[in-house]
Amino acid sequence: MSGVETVGGLVGTTRASSEATTTPTAAEAVLELRGVTKVYGGLAALGGVDLSVTRGEFLAVVGPSGSGKSTMLNVMGTLDRPTTGSVRVAGHEVGGLGDDALSRLRAEHIGFVFQHFHLASGATATENVADGLLYAGVPRRERIDRARGALDRVGLGHRVDHRPHQLSGGEKQRVAIARAIVGEPALLLADEPTGALDSVSGAAVLRLLDDLNAGGTTVVVITHDLSLAATLPRRVRMRDGLIEGEVLR
Amino acid sequence: MSRRRPGRLSARDLVGLGVFGLRTRPARVVLSALGIAIGIAAMIAVVGISSSSQAALARVLDGLGTNLLQVTPGRDALGTDVPLPEASRDMLDRRPDVEQAAGVGRVPGQRVYRSDRIPAAASGGITLDVALGDLEGVLRSEMSSGTWFGDASDDLPQVVLGSTAAATLGLDRVHPGSRVWIDGRWVAVVGVLAPLPLAPDLDSSALVPESTAADEFGWDGRPTRLFARADPERVAAVRDVLARTVNPAEPTAVTVSRPSEALAAQQASEASFTGLLLGIGGVALLVGGIGVANTMVITVLERRAEVGVRRALGARRRHIRDQFLVESLLLSLLGGAVGVALGAAVTAVFALSQGWPVVVPAWAAVGGLVATVVIGGVSGLYPASRAARIPPTSALAAA
Repeated sequence: MSGVETVGGLVGTTRASSEATTTPTAAEAVLELRGVTKVYGGLAALGGVDLSVTRGEFLAVVGPSGSGKSTMLNVMGTLDRPTTGSVRVAGHEVGGLGDDALSRLRAEHIGFVFQHFHLASGATATENVADGLLYAGVPRRERIDRARGALDRVGLGHRVDHRPHQLSGGEKQRVAIARAIVGEPALLLADEPTGALDSVSGAAVLRLLDDLNAGGTTVVVITHDLSLAATLPRRVRMRDGLIEGEVLR
Repeated sequence: MSRRRPGRLSARDLVGLGVFGLRTRPARVVLSALGIAIGIAAMIAVVGISSSSQAALARVLDGLGTNLLQVTPGRDALGTDVPLPEASRDMLDRRPDVEQAAGVGRVPGQRVYRSDRIPAAASGGITLDVALGDLEGVLRSEMSSGTWFGDASDDLPQVVLGSTAAATLGLDRVHPGSRVWIDGRWVAVVGVLAPLPLAPDLDSSALVPESTAADEFGWDGRPTRLFARADPERVAAVRDVLARTVNPAEPTAVTVSRPSEALAAQQASEASFTGLLLGIGGVALLVGGIGVANTMVITVLERRAEVGVRRALGARRRHIRDQFLVESLLLSLLGGAVGVALGAAVTAVFALSQGWPVVVPAWAAVGGLVATVVIGGVSGLYPASRAARIPPTSALAAA
């Protein structure tokens, strides 16, 4: 517990800096963290974080490994609950929701993109993308139609019936992005989206995210890649479970 | 948007997920389904072969008729053998509810030999019996070679051999001039009977006509066994009065039986053996079910990342559990379907090789499939509940 207390001493400064740099109104906030801590077996992975993401923003959460970014992602994506503090996603207070309600929240409001794509290897691009709507209760026909539309949006309209092993790394990540946005989520969370790609494919994926953001999607990218983060309008820097600073461009 | 039903997956979606899960691991699916398939195939084959054999027996009994009654001498109260009266066959014939009556009379002390060179001790256990009346017709017997007694073509007395007796004597086929040696004289063999399912002990008899028996071999004229074809509508009633008919003086010293019942009883004793084989099939099925559970546990361990992704996409615990449960059910059902087909094929091959009709009871096939559904469900329960407990963060943890 001493770890928590030690870090807790820094909470005030963190909060102060975040309040100084972000001025969203509550109504526009897609994501709001207030005094969020996450403690694993006495060690604080998050030591009291405040963060507010407004609709239409494109921001990076950067920091070295062990800085708490992954835990941030889990908490922001409602995959994990904070030990203390409040998390609001698309106006829903996560703390008051049960497991089923959280699942529904993810199905309807959050899209995930993973470093290693996590596509189903035996399924076509369309089937993979359609899975993004499976748990939102969308009928099958509509899922397939919307999946084709989403693949079009990510520039893979010509690859709808390809299977993952027939696609390049960059194409796989674009399929994964299509899966994340097919449900029109309020928030798109991307965990090291370019981490497994060469620089050319990585740049293309980043451009795609930028385009999606320009189209209105709120995007949060978690990365340790500072040069990638440097291209984004807002950067939140993490260190030792705390937000160390923030840059707005 | 009105058709959205969050929180529910349609049966089709669940089956799609299950099929997909199986399709991506074909080798493992085939091997674990094989366990179930062998168990079900064993059970279906046991039931099928037993049913086919019963159908074959029913067909035989249909041909032989179930209205045959057999009358044999019994014992009196003191335990003394009481022979049937000489006139007993005529008494049977006189009953209106007896359609046809025949009998045999044992000629004691006579042996049948292949030739006059065979030592007297090597008789082969063949007995000499007298055929009374239309024995061939009453038993609905068929000749495997030659003819029933006909016109004497030469001066020798005539004999018809039962199937076992003929085989013992090496006379499977009758030729003009086929002879056997009985009581110091040659007797012409005119025919060989096919096996008699309703009177199997006559298979080892040599049968001679009534006149020959009295004239040549000193038969005393007493029948030792009578056969009656009863009116099919009144078999039971006839059976009850037959003892009094053949021996009014001592009806209790007469035994009346129905040979078709003996055949059916034999079948029943085979049924208990079928039960044992079914038990063995059940054990095989249990082992197959454990194989499915094992496969599913490993599958769940390997697919933590997939579960994590699905949870991130919004799957509830129940969706994950149902997905793996359906996968287990499909895996088991696949094995069951293959097993039913395999069992039916084994039954068909075996039954056809025996000349039986092929019978695979519908209840066995349906029961087999239901059993596999139950096995799949039980086997999948634990792995599926484990899968449902995999935390949503697993997609990220599995880098």
